[in-house]
Amino acid sequence: MVMYWVALLAISILIYLLLDGFDLGVGMLFGVAGSEAKRDAMLRTIAPVWDGNETWLIVTGVIMWGAFPVVYAMVMSAFYIPVLVMLLGLILRGVAFEFRGKARSSRWVWDVSFVAGSFAASFMQGAMVGALVEGLQFSNGDYTGGTFGWLTAFSALCGIGLCFGYALLGACWLVRKSDGPVRDDARRQIPPLALGVLVFLVVVFAYALAEHLPILQRWTDRPYLLAFPAIGAGAAAMLAKSILRHDDYWPFHMVALIFVAAFATLALSFWPYMIPFVVTIDEAAAPHASLAFMFWGAGLFVFPLMLLYVAVGYRVFRGKTAPASDHY
Amino acid sequence: MDPTALLLSRLQFAFTISFHIIFPAFTIGLAAWLTVLEAMHQYSGKPVYRTLFEFWLKIFGVAFGMGVVSGVVMAFQFGTNWSVLSKMSGPIQGPLLSYETFTAFMLEAGFFGILIFGRPRVPPWFYLFSTAMVALGTTLSAFWIMVNNSWMQVPTGYVLENGQFVPNDWAQIIFNRVVWVRFPHMLLASYLTGAFCVAATGAWYLLRRTYRAEAHVMLRMGLALAAVLLPVQLFIGHLVGDYVHDYQPAKFAAIEARWHDEQPASEVLIAIPDSSTGSNKYAISIPVLGSIIGSMSLTSKEVGLTSFAPQDRPPVAIPFFAFRIMVGCGFVMLGLAWLGTYLGLKHRLDRSRLLLWGIFLSFPLPWIAILTGWYTAEVGRQPWTIYGVLRTADAVTPFLTASAALTSLILFVAVYAFIFSFGTYYIYRLLRAGPAGLGGKPLHAPVPNRPMSLADQVPAPRSYLEAGE
Repeated sequence: MVMYWVALLAISILIYLLLDGFDLGVGMLFGVAGSEAKRDAMLRTIAPVWDGNETWLIVTGVIMWGAFPVVYAMVMSAFYIPVLVMLLGLILRGVAFEFRGKARSSRWVWDVSFVAGSFAASFMQGAMVGALVEGLQFSNGDYTGGTFGWLTAFSALCGIGLCFGYALLGACWLVRKSDGPVRDDARRQIPPLALGVLVFLVVVFAYALAEHLPILQRWTDRPYLLAFPAIGAGAAAMLAKSILRHDDYWPFHMVALIFVAAFATLALSFWPYMIPFVVTIDEAAAPHASLAFMFWGAGLFVFPLMLLYVAVGYRVFRGKTAPASDHY
Repeated sequence: MDPTALLLSRLQFAFTISFHIIFPAFTIGLAAWLTVLEAMHQYSGKPVYRTLFEFWLKIFGVAFGMGVVSGVVMAFQFGTNWSVLSKMSGPIQGPLLSYETFTAFMLEAGFFGILIFGRPRVPPWFYLFSTAMVALGTTLSAFWIMVNNSWMQVPTGYVLENGQFVPNDWAQIIFNRVVWVRFPHMLLASYLTGAFCVAATGAWYLLRRTYRAEAHVMLRMGLALAAVLLPVQLFIGHLVGDYVHDYQPAKFAAIEARWHDEQPASEVLIAIPDSSTGSNKYAISIPVLGSIIGSMSLTSKEVGLTSFAPQDRPPVAIPFFAFRIMVGCGFVMLGLAWLGTYLGLKHRLDRSRLLLWGIFLSFPLPWIAILTGWYTAEVGRQPWTIYGVLRTADAVTPFLTASAALTSLILFVAVYAFIFSFGTYYIYRLLRAGPAGLGGKPLHAPVPNRPMSLADQVPAPRSYLEAGE
């Protein structure tokens, strides 16, 4: 039962990373789009799906609360400021989808809030992961690191890294879903963004080595973990190749594979801890009565249905979005 | 625990949830109404239903978006500000909110995209199905939230083990009598909100002598629904009062501003309760009515606030006045709905401009009723977060500092005020422009995926609709 919910939590986080990752990424790239027509075209590729994408964040939150209440309470309260900023960012970018179209002279307000909100949410998510990797200060189950205990050079670096990662995913999404100048721009953006992600990974690794982060020991204990970076490297090679061949379909999938590999590496290095070296999965798990109640309804029947809704949504809006019409 | 951080956290929760409830209360009713409109359009083929559908869909889109983004906050705020509560009640509240997210949010989010952008891409039956699924999703969300809140009001089906509420009877948690009066109460409140907004818009158009055909449909449907639902709502409201009387006597005494035990009890209609002296000023009360309302008896003894230890008493003024405002709104709406329906049946509504003004100006009433109803329920259960078991003061994140809590509160107020003022302005502009759309832009046939937001989608004029019918 516990393992089932660990798996569902991991799957939900991964789905969130991939789905909201590309639409947050498009949100950040939106800031450098040169014209109104391009911005409209970019938004059109994510407008029908963003709401569903963001819902996976709530899925992650409530699974954590229901199945691992201790971790939910510790993490959310420790990350008071980053969670707050992430939420405000998500609010500002979320309303922009609807408001932007309704606005006349104030459209720029929602353009700005769309970009800034996307950046804020992405950065904070990366910073929180970074802070968990580096280790937060707890004593007796309560966070003792202070209001800004999560903010370090390393966590800030991870925040920037995730911004690059999401933007790369977003650029690949645009290549896949759009045509014309938007696709050409995105294609040009992929190499520098990919380079940025690569530099970030090297710096993070060097930092971890230099600071002797405890998580690194996991790698020497569990050499099989290296399989995932290898998969990531393979995907990166395929990405480079598909970009050179001007392929529209594969880059997104290759970057998604890189995300999967990175996530698997991280998750397995945490194992069996949920908050590294503080709380294990078993310590965090809710009583059996709670897990079983969630399992026999939500877990076993509704979760597959949720995947079906996602599949239906993406199927209805499959293919390239139609080019901007004479309306513009 | 920092008392300032506690107070600020309470204010923040009250503020963010009050802001949030405005939108679901509206969209639950509106989604159901859109489903009815789409079904009637597909069944009868009358273009007026399609026009109304497209018009209200735009308003639905804006309100739904604001509901979604303000709702995300709720899923995290328990953990950030109320970590002790989250840890203790996570085994019960977590699964309930998981069910909400799994059954409701995903359903509405999954089909919302199709509802807004998908009409040209799916067959009509599937479009109707998607509309119905969004409506079902919003309703299920209300259901699970009421289960969750009812458990906090009247905790049941649990044992306390190792500082956690461990569930031992889920059927009792979900299917107890408190849930099954409070959920219909909230659901009807949402339908009434939708009904009054639709009717008020119709009245506004008639007053401005525009969109007569659409205005008549809106007035007729809105008022008729309200006329039927309001008496039911008042009855269910009475049942909600019964549960408060039985399970939360201190809250009941606060709502009644009853300071001392009375037998038989009088009913205070209006007064200014004064907690410092434990008495009411300028009270107007009716003898024996308090016993009738509380226990359906002429002789029953009703409990007063002084029977509870001072640290276990809720504040009195807020539940007392909030309850009276809620009931007052209910009766005003009942009068408007019945009179309006009657005159509508007599075909005299067009000429009753005074009543039309009344209906038009009544659109805030359902929201005022919902908010004051929630204030009665939530302030009335203080000082408890989980009634009788966990105090609010013990539920807050122990290491939360006042400065962090103040920062978040200020930011929430600022950002919400910002998006609320723009959001309501955009909705106002859509309503003012009416079903024919915003300022005569040229028309496009619905090209797949062309519009990026509803507002760009210039509604089709009659000629197109009839051709496409």
